[in-house]
Amino acid sequence: MNENTQKIDSIKLEISDEVVIRIQDMNKWYGAFHVLKNINLEVNRGERIVVCGPSGSGKSTMIRCINRLEEHQEGHIYVDDIELTGNLKHIDAIRREVGMVFQHFNLFPHLTVLDNCTLAPIWVKKMSKKEAEEIGMQYLERVKIPEQALKYPGQLSGGQQQRVAIARSLCMSPKIMLFDEPTSALDPEMIKEVLDTMISLAEEGMTMICVTHEMGFAKTVANRVIFMDGGAIIEQNEPNNFFDHPQHERTKLFLSQILAH
Amino acid sequence: MGDNNRTNYGIVNAKPIADRDAPISTTGFIGWLRENLFSSVGNSILTIIGLLFIAYTVPSILNWTLFDAVWSGGADACRENPHAACWTFAGSWWEFFLYGFYDRTQRWRIDLVLWVLYVGVAFVVVDDDVRKTRPTSTILGFFIAIVSMVFMSLMIQHGAPVMWTMAATLITVGLVIWAWGLPNGRSRLGLLLLFAYPVLVFFMLGGGVLGLSKIATSDWGGFSLTLVIAITGIVASLPIGILLALGRRSDMPVLRLVSTLFIEFWRGVPLITVLFMANFMLPLFAPEGANIDQLLRALIGVALFSSAYMAEVVRGGLQAISKGQYEGAMSLGLSYWKMMGLIVMPQALKIVIPGIVNTFIGLFKDTTLVLIIGLLDFLSSVQTASTNPDWSIRSVPYSGYIFVAFIFWLHCYGMARYSQHLEDKLNTGHKR
Repeated sequence: MNENTQKIDSIKLEISDEVVIRIQDMNKWYGAFHVLKNINLEVNRGERIVVCGPSGSGKSTMIRCINRLEEHQEGHIYVDDIELTGNLKHIDAIRREVGMVFQHFNLFPHLTVLDNCTLAPIWVKKMSKKEAEEIGMQYLERVKIPEQALKYPGQLSGGQQQRVAIARSLCMSPKIMLFDEPTSALDPEMIKEVLDTMISLAEEGMTMICVTHEMGFAKTVANRVIFMDGGAIIEQNEPNNFFDHPQHERTKLFLSQILAH
Repeated sequence: MGDNNRTNYGIVNAKPIADRDAPISTTGFIGWLRENLFSSVGNSILTIIGLLFIAYTVPSILNWTLFDAVWSGGADACRENPHAACWTFAGSWWEFFLYGFYDRTQRWRIDLVLWVLYVGVAFVVVDDDVRKTRPTSTILGFFIAIVSMVFMSLMIQHGAPVMWTMAATLITVGLVIWAWGLPNGRSRLGLLLLFAYPVLVFFMLGGGVLGLSKIATSDWGGFSLTLVIAITGIVASLPIGILLALGRRSDMPVLRLVSTLFIEFWRGVPLITVLFMANFMLPLFAPEGANIDQLLRALIGVALFSSAYMAEVVRGGLQAISKGQYEGAMSLGLSYWKMMGLIVMPQALKIVIPGIVNTFIGLFKDTTLVLIIGLLDFLSSVQTASTNPDWSIRSVPYSGYIFVAFIFWLHCYGMARYSQHLEDKLNTGHKR
């Protein structure tokens, strides 16, 4: 953790006034079940937000609404001033701006690592193959696995796969990155390499929303921590206050549970 | 650590333990026998019974089919030796078995089409990287040369105009040379054949263009007809089946309902019924004077029937693809069709290769059912020939059926082997 602590200072970067994500009074139901309740959230460019909470609290569902992997029934979501509606053009435009990293990587097992990275630039951005491969290699170097470019995802370790998944998203040069429990499916030894990659992204000023249980990451990298329970945002604060002076009883209980051991 | 009382428990195995040879009884021939044939008293008895059965049946089978069989001469040779296979039957009638009643002076048109088919398939089934290695390139080259010589001589023998023989040579050899040098020659030629070949067959066999005389489909017959039906079914069923499978899994209720109804209807009726309906009932409903070709009706029936089966096979593959793959693709901004075409289908189809090829093989053999609507396919051409009075010999029908079975087996086994090869080649998911 010491290494990370040193990094904090450097990444307490300026956060711009520009709002990139605006969620207003969003509600979502799965059938009759009310999963997200009156979500209101504004994210500025350059923010690093950690979303935590017990399982089933709706944290994943909330960030998956931001790129329309889940549909909301009420309220408004604006990403870069484009409203997310049923309009396919808007959805496509937003998905180009928003990258996502999943718990189970979701790499394409039938394609090589490099092809995983170049697929979307070639087919969505209509880039030439050569150009896409240059960019792909560039990002694979950034996540420190250029030597694996021609292997298949199934030949890599979990940590390596997750770094490929990050590189794959970055190849689309997104303005916002969503992380949905990126380290939850990893062996303890591999968590650090993925977190380091995320930290270096944060240092470069990427706007990030991370659903994670890595409280160390939250303390050092986040500028804001959001706590969710029962489908609602219960509390949000900057990390020091959040961890040292939680206000809500539910937050206190949650923190005592996860920080106890 | 500092607890001296417990240091006895600390064990470090510093030296690696070297491998030793396994005991004789588990390896080698003796070990194999023991494990596979004589592992218990019961199994030993079964092994002995099995060996006796083989010793009793195999020699007589070999004698009947090979050693005592009639390989040359005419019907008389078989009449003299009725207790063994009569292969000269196939030898004397092979033209009928292959071409049916197709105009004798025009049979070279079938030769041309078969030539392209067998050379094309031989080329397409060999992988690009393997093709360039020494023994494979030689074998493939030889195979293509031999097939070409056989069909070229057949074309000449069947009186093909010189121009057509030269055109066929140029097309076949030209395509192979063109595809040989390309980086993805195999798949490019494959795609070209997939779309161009049915068109080539249609115009070459049917005629009516380029100075080729028209030949009614009722004159088509034999193995060439079987291939026409099988290839039509195969080429049509995969794309239609994929669309139906996507339709059945669609979010749109109407599309889903229509696809489901279509699949369940065609899957629920026997192929014989389909063929009967197409042949006898469709004309009753059709307006006066509208005359849809009999073969065409059968082809449509077979294609729709096999599409329904294919749809269910493909749907099985689609269900095996995790939601994560869709989400990964969507999060990158891929549209529905790109997601399906680039991410989902390649994986789903790979999983169901055995099922797809199984459907192809089933379809290939089911083409023999068209004999009940009076089409003269391979099987019925052999049956027809065996009723010829000159050949009314006891061994002839048996020999005929074995011949049919052998030819079918060759083609089906070829497909099965190729599917196995594809599975091995495409297996990237768990390769370590």
